[in-house]
Amino acid sequence: MGKGEFLFLLQGLKWTVVLAIVSFLCGTITGLAIALLRTSGYPAVERTTAGYIALFQGTPLLMQLFVVYYALALYGLKIDAWIAVAIGFTLHASAYLGEIWRGSIEAVPRGQVEAAKALSLNYFWRTKDVVLPQAFRISLPATIGFLVQLIKGTSLAAFVGFTELTRAGTMVSNQIFKPLLVFGIVGLMYFALCWPLSFFGSRLESKFAAATR
Amino acid sequence: MNYKLDFAPVIDALPALLLGCLGTLWLALAGMALAIVIGIGGVVLRDSRIKLFRWLVIGFVELIRNTPFLVQIYFIFFALPLAGVRLDPTPTAIIALGVNGGAYAIEIIRGGVQSINKGQVEAGLALGLHKLSVFRFIVLKPALRAVFPSLASQFVLLTLTTSIASAVSAYELTSVAKRVESDSFRSFEVYGVVTLMYLVMSWIVMNILNFISSRYISTYPVK
Repeated sequence: MGKGEFLFLLQGLKWTVVLAIVSFLCGTITGLAIALLRTSGYPAVERTTAGYIALFQGTPLLMQLFVVYYALALYGLKIDAWIAVAIGFTLHASAYLGEIWRGSIEAVPRGQVEAAKALSLNYFWRTKDVVLPQAFRISLPATIGFLVQLIKGTSLAAFVGFTELTRAGTMVSNQIFKPLLVFGIVGLMYFALCWPLSFFGSRLESKFAAATR
Repeated sequence: MNYKLDFAPVIDALPALLLGCLGTLWLALAGMALAIVIGIGGVVLRDSRIKLFRWLVIGFVELIRNTPFLVQIYFIFFALPLAGVRLDPTPTAIIALGVNGGAYAIEIIRGGVQSINKGQVEAGLALGLHKLSVFRFIVLKPALRAVFPSLASQFVLLTLTTSIASAVSAYELTSVAKRVESDSFRSFEVYGVVTLMYLVMSWIVMNILNFISSRYISTYPVK
């Protein structure tokens, strides 16, 4: 494998990172909305968001990407492949993050909300200053775990023709006929991206576990 | 939008798609069986006295958990023939799924094994039980019982992961769907219906696992 091929893989790595960051940020915003709706106390809203989450957790990410990709095309929207997959990953992330954060919001002791109500804080301030900061802390290990899952998930963008790291790997491997070398390197690149996050996540988890014991 | 949805090609292809569902369920269940075997074996090696084994298992688990399944299946797909093992795409996919699920299973089962009180093991040995019986009845079964819910949700995830096996054209629902799509160009309709089929299948797998749990796992006496 020459320098050119390696640089091509690095290009792919860059797009993997961009895709993961964009999807995670957009997914954070929408996921927070889902989590708040899911814990809003209105049965109809809660059931709808629960269904949304179940739909995304019960179907393969690959199918979600395909459906979003072709649904956008159906409406005649001419957008780049990468925006289409970013929308797909955002929806996916919103459901998973929504579920993680629902759990964390519900894990905040009931008394905290009641005390905030007794202090006549309204829903906005109660949520922003009392519930979410505590929920954030509880959710951090799982959120990082999902980020790792999302980074690995971006490899599926290769199926719809977006040249991120895995697809770059396939192209190089078809060119130089050294699949093991190429996919070994591609795997190591993903590992270099994900492992520090996983490590950080499990460190936090054991720290929090020790703190609550 | 002047596109008219047309489900006729999907309905025509329904028998093929349902066969594809069976292929997916077969991949998932075979992958799970392999994952359980790798999981239990991995836990034994992970806690063995030989340092090399421990580090190999740790490395294996970290490597698998921090790389995408798509890269893993490509790697295995190209590595097996070089190792002199010639297999069809479907068995290759089962191996990849088993290896992937196995790494997660090791982590999960180990969590259960660590929750077993050491005194129980010592008591078992003191009663003259064979080491294997101690492992089987005092360590493994209660550990599996304790972690079965996490294991089950990991296995549902494994069922969904089977769709990626279409990358090496294993026989399962997604590759059938791809064929139907390229014959009919009704991409949205095909993948929409197939997505719902996956939803049903993940529900089926969850029920199979719950049945196994209620029949074999949670009947084992607690401590």
